[in-house]
Amino acid sequence: MGIEQLYIIILACIVAASCSLCGVYLILRRLALISDAISHSVLLGIVCAFFLVHDLNSPILILGATITGVFMVFLTELLISSKRLKKDASIGLVFPLFFSVSILLINLFAGDIHLDQDAVLLGEIAFTPFRLLSLWGLNLGPVSLWVMGGILLLNIGFVLGFYKELKLCTFDRGLAAMLGFFPTYIHYALMSLVSVTAVGAFESVGAILVVALMIVPPASAYLLSRRLSHMIGLSVLFGILSSLLGYFMAFYINVSIAGSMAVMTGVLFGFVFIFSPSQGVLIKFLRYHKQRLRFSANMLLIQLFDHEGTDTEKTENTFSNLVIHMKWSYRFANTVVAYALQHGFINRVDDYLSLTSLGREKARHVSVMDT
Amino acid sequence: MKDLLDDECSVIVQDLTVAYKEKPVLWDIDLKIPKGVLLAIVGPNGAGKTTLLRSIMGLIKPAAGNVSIFGQSIKKQKNTIGYMPQRGSVDWDFPTDALDVVMMGRYGHLGWFRRPTKADKKLALDALDRVGMLDFSDRQLNQLSGGQQQRVFLARALVQDADLYFMDEPFVGVDAVTEQAIIGLLKELRNQSKTVVVVHHDLQTLSDYFDWVSLLNVRQIAYGPVKDVLTNENLRTTYGGRRAFLMANQPFVD
Ligand SMILES: Nc1ncnc2c1ncn2[C@@H]1O[C@H](COP(=O)(O)OP(=O)(O)OP(=O)(O)O)[C@@H](O)[C@H]1O
Ligand SMILES: [Mg+2]
Repeated sequence: MGIEQLYIIILACIVAASCSLCGVYLILRRLALISDAISHSVLLGIVCAFFLVHDLNSPILILGATITGVFMVFLTELLISSKRLKKDASIGLVFPLFFSVSILLINLFAGDIHLDQDAVLLGEIAFTPFRLLSLWGLNLGPVSLWVMGGILLLNIGFVLGFYKELKLCTFDRGLAAMLGFFPTYIHYALMSLVSVTAVGAFESVGAILVVALMIVPPASAYLLSRRLSHMIGLSVLFGILSSLLGYFMAFYINVSIAGSMAVMTGVLFGFVFIFSPSQGVLIKFLRYHKQRLRFSANMLLIQLFDHEGTDTEKTENTFSNLVIHMKWSYRFANTVVAYALQHGFINRVDDYLSLTSLGREKARHVSVMDT
Repeated sequence: MKDLLDDECSVIVQDLTVAYKEKPVLWDIDLKIPKGVLLAIVGPNGAGKTTLLRSIMGLIKPAAGNVSIFGQSIKKQKNTIGYMPQRGSVDWDFPTDALDVVMMGRYGHLGWFRRPTKADKKLALDALDRVGMLDFSDRQLNQLSGGQQQRVFLARALVQDADLYFMDEPFVGVDAVTEQAIIGLLKELRNQSKTVVVVHHDLQTLSDYFDWVSLLNVRQIAYGPVKDVLTNENLRTTYGGRRAFLMANQPFVD
């Protein structure tokens, strides 16, 4: 593996980790849509700042982009507080405006600006190794790695440093305000961080896929976590895992790296959604079936118990009667009987079923519980 | 009702008016809450009870009027106040457990950046014990019943170790045993000469539970010790015609 590939992989992991960190709070605050809005709005800042400094690599671009991101959030909140529009409508109203204006600007001045629309939407992480940072003649590796590394540190610093404050402001804004933790400032600090991260990630993965990286790994982590700290850790893990898997997928079937990364976040989410041990679809399905089986076995025992020692025992307590009496399918009756046999509750001689002493005990116990 | 001296009071509210839009939801409220009482705020839905608590705590900016707490502005007194919000004001699906929620009550004392210590954890566990929820300390918040959640939030208020408590409808959705346990704790706080302000809806238990009462319906209808204030006349003004229905077979002796 060449050094360029290594650069790309490291960068992909850093981007994913940064996005997952701030994404956790977007999910918890039900602000998933804001990430979409911010990532589209920052483009306007980038374009405007570019006209100012005429240099695509200037840090002014990041500053400009962050400011537009936060400004967009401010505008939407202004609209929301007017109480004329709902939250989603307000967000959906503002950011397409920002985005379309910037696309128009790019179109108009396409000659001067080396921003093309594909790069804006999908990023160009594959080109990152070619823009190297050199200081005093020293080659320090790709610029993006430095920029994005700085952004990752910022994210880590914010999420760890303000851990308790972020938690309280997200969980119970009222108490946070009362205790003097300024939830509004924390909110805007978070929005600035999301903007900075979106700008940084934008170059590598584009405006649309940033959203996948910010939202999907935290959403997967949310399904598995009972504690905030676990959610943060898992979400970074899922982010990094998606970028690694995505990179190798892109490599082997020769498709867009950013696209593959985003697909992998989705694949991981699907995996968690199905296999999560506490809330997964699969476990719920299995649990349901196990419960149904146990319940049916109890019904069987009670049926046998009720007719034990009566005149009709020989006809009632038979397998063929079960299918008729309990309205079970032949297959399900077989499963239930097998379950009861396996647990030593019953004996079977051809069609005739009888309780063992253990089964009798169990039947007595169950019928007492029921009444 | 004799006039209270200012330094006998924990809270003094003067001419408080609050409006969300143009229409005032609280109108010209005056309130002097003595130290060491259990005070109920009573009034129909939408009367402005929650708004009153939140304005006293500085969470809502009033249109007019003044609030002082122990003779100072609220900003200087944030650690002397404990708050138990009305149900539904927090995110119930947040990934957190009972102990963690109670620990949040310590955040005010910790201030910025400091993490909770072992001592804070011990205080939180003690508080959970006092509300009878010790066995549930590591239970996820959304896996607790409504009454259990109320107890957790009561524990969180207790752990704030305040001199003045505001509780918004702590008895809603709890069974009789829990209600007795909660009122027992509140009386204990009062006996430690702390002031406890509670939004309350049940007129039957008012005189058993509380020392003072404020009858509120946008304006303050009446205020003072329960036995002076709880008259048919006052209740009729507070609830309008509806009180007749509420209290039909419970005639009050004035
Ligand atoms: N954020 C808000 N914006 C606009 N109006 C509000 C807001 N919060 C409350 N109100 C209005 O203010 C009035 C008082 O509300 P408040 O929540 O203080 O009532 P309450 O006495 O606590 O009622 P409840 O017994 O139902 O809790 C109500 O008419 C309500 O509709
Ligand atoms: Mg209320």
